[in-house]
Amino acid sequence: MSSKKDPDVSKKPRSAFSRRGFLGGVGVGGGVLGSGLLSPVAEAAPASGPAAVPITLKINGKTQNLTLEPRVTLLDALRNHLDLTGAKRVCDRGTCGACTVILNGRVVYSCTVLAIDAQGKEIQTIEGIAPAGKLHPVSAAFVQHDAQQCGYCTPGFVMAAKGYLDRHAPKSIEDVEKGLGGNLCRCGTYVGVRQAVLEASREMKGGRNA
Amino acid sequence: MQPFEYANPTTVKEAVGLLGNKWDEAAVLAGGTDLISLMKDYVYSPKRLVNIKNIKELGGIRADKAGLRIGAAATIDELAESPLVAKNFPSLAQAARGVTSPQIRNMGTVGGDLCQRPRCWYYRDGQGLLASPGGRSLVTNGENKYHAILGNGGPAKFVSASSLGPALIALGATLTLQSSSGSRKVAADKFFVTPSAEGSREIALLPNELLTEILVPMGGTKNATYEVRQKEALDWPLATASVALKMSGSTVSSARVVLGHVAPMPWAATQADQFLAGKSLTEAVAEDAAKAALSNATPLSQNAYKVQLARVAVKRALMAAAGARG
Amino acid sequence: MPEYSWPEQGKRRLMGTRISRLDGGEKASGRAKYTSDLNKPDMLFSAVLTSPHAHAKVVSVDTSAAKAMKGVTGIRVVSGPGTEIQWAGTEIAFVAAASEEIARDAARAIKVQYDPMPHLVKEENLAAAGVRAKAAGEAITGDPDQAFKDADVVSEGSYGIPVLTHCCLEPHGQVSQWAGDKIEMWPSTQNVSGIGGDLSKNLELPATGVHVHMDHVGGGFGSKFNSDRWGIEGTRLSKESGGKPVKVFLDRATELTIAGVRPSAFGRIKVGAKRDGTITAWQSETWASGGFGGGGSPPLPYVFTTIPNQRKNHSAVSLNAGGARAWRAPNHQQACYLTDCAIEDLAAKLRMDPLDVFMKNADVTPRADVYRLQLKQAADLMDWKKKWHARGDSGSGPIKKGLGLAIHTWGGGGHASNAITRISPDGSVEIELGSQDLGTGTRTAIAIVAAETLGLPLNAVKVKIGDNAYPPSGGSGGSTTIGGVSVSTRKATVNALDKLLDAVAPSMGLPKEQLEAVDGKIQQKGNAAKNLTWKAACAKLGAKTISETGVNDPKNPGGLMSAGVGGCQMAEVSVDTETGIVKMVKSVAVQDVGTLVNLKTAESQIFGGCIMGVCGALMEERIMDQQTGRVLNADMEFYKLAGIGDIGEIVVKINTEPQFDKRGVIGLGEPASIGLLAAICNAVANAIGVRVPNAPMTPERVLAALERRNA
Repeated sequence: MSSKKDPDVSKKPRSAFSRRGFLGGVGVGGGVLGSGLLSPVAEAAPASGPAAVPITLKINGKTQNLTLEPRVTLLDALRNHLDLTGAKRVCDRGTCGACTVILNGRVVYSCTVLAIDAQGKEIQTIEGIAPAGKLHPVSAAFVQHDAQQCGYCTPGFVMAAKGYLDRHAPKSIEDVEKGLGGNLCRCGTYVGVRQAVLEASREMKGGRNA
Repeated sequence: MQPFEYANPTTVKEAVGLLGNKWDEAAVLAGGTDLISLMKDYVYSPKRLVNIKNIKELGGIRADKAGLRIGAAATIDELAESPLVAKNFPSLAQAARGVTSPQIRNMGTVGGDLCQRPRCWYYRDGQGLLASPGGRSLVTNGENKYHAILGNGGPAKFVSASSLGPALIALGATLTLQSSSGSRKVAADKFFVTPSAEGSREIALLPNELLTEILVPMGGTKNATYEVRQKEALDWPLATASVALKMSGSTVSSARVVLGHVAPMPWAATQADQFLAGKSLTEAVAEDAAKAALSNATPLSQNAYKVQLARVAVKRALMAAAGARG
Repeated sequence: MPEYSWPEQGKRRLMGTRISRLDGGEKASGRAKYTSDLNKPDMLFSAVLTSPHAHAKVVSVDTSAAKAMKGVTGIRVVSGPGTEIQWAGTEIAFVAAASEEIARDAARAIKVQYDPMPHLVKEENLAAAGVRAKAAGEAITGDPDQAFKDADVVSEGSYGIPVLTHCCLEPHGQVSQWAGDKIEMWPSTQNVSGIGGDLSKNLELPATGVHVHMDHVGGGFGSKFNSDRWGIEGTRLSKESGGKPVKVFLDRATELTIAGVRPSAFGRIKVGAKRDGTITAWQSETWASGGFGGGGSPPLPYVFTTIPNQRKNHSAVSLNAGGARAWRAPNHQQACYLTDCAIEDLAAKLRMDPLDVFMKNADVTPRADVYRLQLKQAADLMDWKKKWHARGDSGSGPIKKGLGLAIHTWGGGGHASNAITRISPDGSVEIELGSQDLGTGTRTAIAIVAAETLGLPLNAVKVKIGDNAYPPSGGSGGSTTIGGVSVSTRKATVNALDKLLDAVAPSMGLPKEQLEAVDGKIQQKGNAAKNLTWKAACAKLGAKTISETGVNDPKNPGGLMSAGVGGCQMAEVSVDTETGIVKMVKSVAVQDVGTLVNLKTAESQIFGGCIMGVCGALMEERIMDQQTGRVLNADMEFYKLAGIGDIGEIVVKINTEPQFDKRGVIGLGEPASIGLLAAICNAVANAIGVRVPNAPMTPERVLAALERRNA
């Protein structure tokens, strides 16, 4: 919340590094880096930002070139800069799962991943799991079992379920519950979600990791 | 979030060179599950983030003759799924599985679990780690049902948030901390500290150091972790106990009982250790050991119930360990 | 006049069957665009600066640093110097900027000086509220004093449920654009037809000046009807920023702090009864708070309204905390909790099965037959008689199981609604109305009613909602939508069909009274062989499109809808008495919904209502800090909601027996969310042998109650 107490409310970032802190061991790099406010610290590992820097993301198999501040999260990059709005911003603190995407085959909370940190990784969003006009088996099962109401948590649930089913074959409701313990719904759609994920698991048999 | 500079080293040497001498100069970015939220809440605004996920030497879990070596950037999920861990250290696997969000297990790292900041809601609301604006503890006088029941005599009333710390301490793990001037080894039970002044941290790590590896000796213990957690879905434990028992036949020759989420640091319950030595583990003995573990508890106005929860955790962890493979 | 009444039960093709929601694929594929998903060309982002203090006077507001920031296009101070802030989170200023990051930075760069004042943010302890508690005066029925004297058994207890927040997953907010004299608004709202007028009024513009669009809304639960400060200021910022669209959405902490709460309710309740369980006397001293405005009394005694002798007192406590908004079944969860927990305690004191006590006292409810039937049906589904044990009589070992029940009621009559049905010469059918689908399945229900009426498959009907250019339809609150839109759609569609029959009757050589629309055809009643396909029939319209309206007049629904339902919910829990942790085993919900429109989405509503009950019973509560005056759990980590592993088995039965079906359509969103909270808390008492007075049943409360029992 913007009313969080913070004595540094209006302070802008500034170069406050103790030079001494960086001299030991790594040596001092050459000139001032283009975008950095800080002293350059290591030739082999230049720092980017804090101003916007070029960022390249591979999303759903497509390369996207953006210019973003390092503080922009993957979720905000998707939603505000690429109009990929399937992932939702709900808690924005890595708790509710509405922003779930798959990164290098693993489900993550995109609200808590920096876009700059997602470079070089395979990013899969809900927009990329089925061709236009088609539904992924998980999405289809969610429709069939009415595993959604307002639907705002649903894309996150679908991605969490897909990520889970890509790696596991649940045998029971208990398995599904363990696999989806990182997502929350407010309307209370879990009864449908449990059934949908079990059904999608049957559908996806043989197609795992596809 | 305040703007910051992002660095992406590929070696430990580069990484430590990017750290600062003060906490607000640079922060290590591993899984980010805690750090990014702290920064969004303006509770912590470091001027540089040093990403360590692209440092190969920090990853992986392997065993050698010294024991199990866990890279600081190994994920919680790797730990939860590792057959090596499950075979030798069920307590550690159980603690890892207690993180019930697959997303957090995939993102969060072992090092990050140990270095994460407390969840105290006053701290997260910007009132400082000790939550004592003007020298008056908001915790003591306020909403403290999730706060410390042990080790809370000083200004720190929060609880350590680490899920893995108790197990690692009980198992006698050693942590390697690297800075640009060299490395040092710290026993897991010395890694956690209770700060007495605002601005100091609850771990022994210095701002210019990087936690690189956790070494767990193959101790041949029976070990287990039990978490008391309200929700099945992602939720913080209310109390945890991790135990490691060296057995001689059916008798406990030595025990380490460590509590989590009940004190500003994982709490070594040495009274329980002493009580258990030389005894055969029965339910009655486990119950008495649990009482001994909590004998020094000093609950705050709203959290006496946690004494009971911690006792249950100790008892159940001991009984689980007794049934567990050595 | 055309015949509007619903087709006979048993002759409906679509209504009452299990139909997947029409927008399900769009939502489950992430393609559905919610307002918060909109990225309009040149769109600006707004951030809000809020007060950290619960009660304070604003001394000064300095926006100079913020104004000077590159990318900032406008700043509006809404709580200027001299403003008295009455709760933390009160909006101080709104900033518009080229990016979200700049907007946030600028909001934080605004320097505000406050003069803090004393605050009160907690109400559990009425005595501590002092002058902030206002008594509402005593209400007496019969002779409660004598009745308590005459009672064989008197049970007395304390009960309370805390303030909850709505926690809509899509936070409150909107995109709006004020260019020239035209305002376009894309809100996240439950009130498509009404919110534009509310914004106009606040901006002192003609009511017709705001065009509202919304395709999907990510939850409302009663909190999203008005334009709100962020709507008003976001729109003004658009004007100030050269007419560019401005997006304002609250962050989660602000959402949980100021975007609405369910008021609390606490009370000391006394119930008197005869030895056989007949309740004769009720006494309640209650208090509640829904923020600065205090909190009204829940309707007590709940459902058992005509207990012959009653004494009721209520106090409203004014707090310096974010204010109440309608919260799914306003005041009913509170009333149900206070009443049904007190009656369960009475049953325990009588050593009677509460099921029998509820049955016995059904006569003091407004619908004795309904509740008796539902209690029996629910008991069968729960296997109640086999599982139930006397309170606390739950065997050895630390894990105790228990059963609990509650009954509830709700109105749910349809709101005023207007619909247009269009039938085109090419055979296409469109329904337009200024309604919204909160996820209850409104879109699908409209299509079902229209398709049923026209004898067409569901996909032959196109439903257009979410725009205030369509005929006005009520806001979606109080479970009024399904009745409203079903009736207006039915009437508009019957009227349109009537016009179509006018057009085809001559060519079929039959009077239109002998024609019907069945199976995609217009055919002679009783002679299906004489027919025209739907397409061929519509072609008879030539160039003319039929466009007919239908109106639901809540005062004159013509038997198509009505109000007033009963429901019964039961819970089975297991309690770990060593840790105080309660787990759901099974829930049963039996619900009266009148004429059922869509079985699938109706069940979903009830599942959802039950799960909200689980949250409220076991884990959900707003936690205030009296020292700082702030919400301590304005996040989704400690503002705890049940996850998928926390809900147990849920069994739903919808009453479709003829006596229910004949009543017409009635809403069910609210009633589904009432009873289970109390039922779960009763089940905990049954399991552990002692009442846990205040919900939610968290470990510390359960263990404290057990300690009292053992003392």
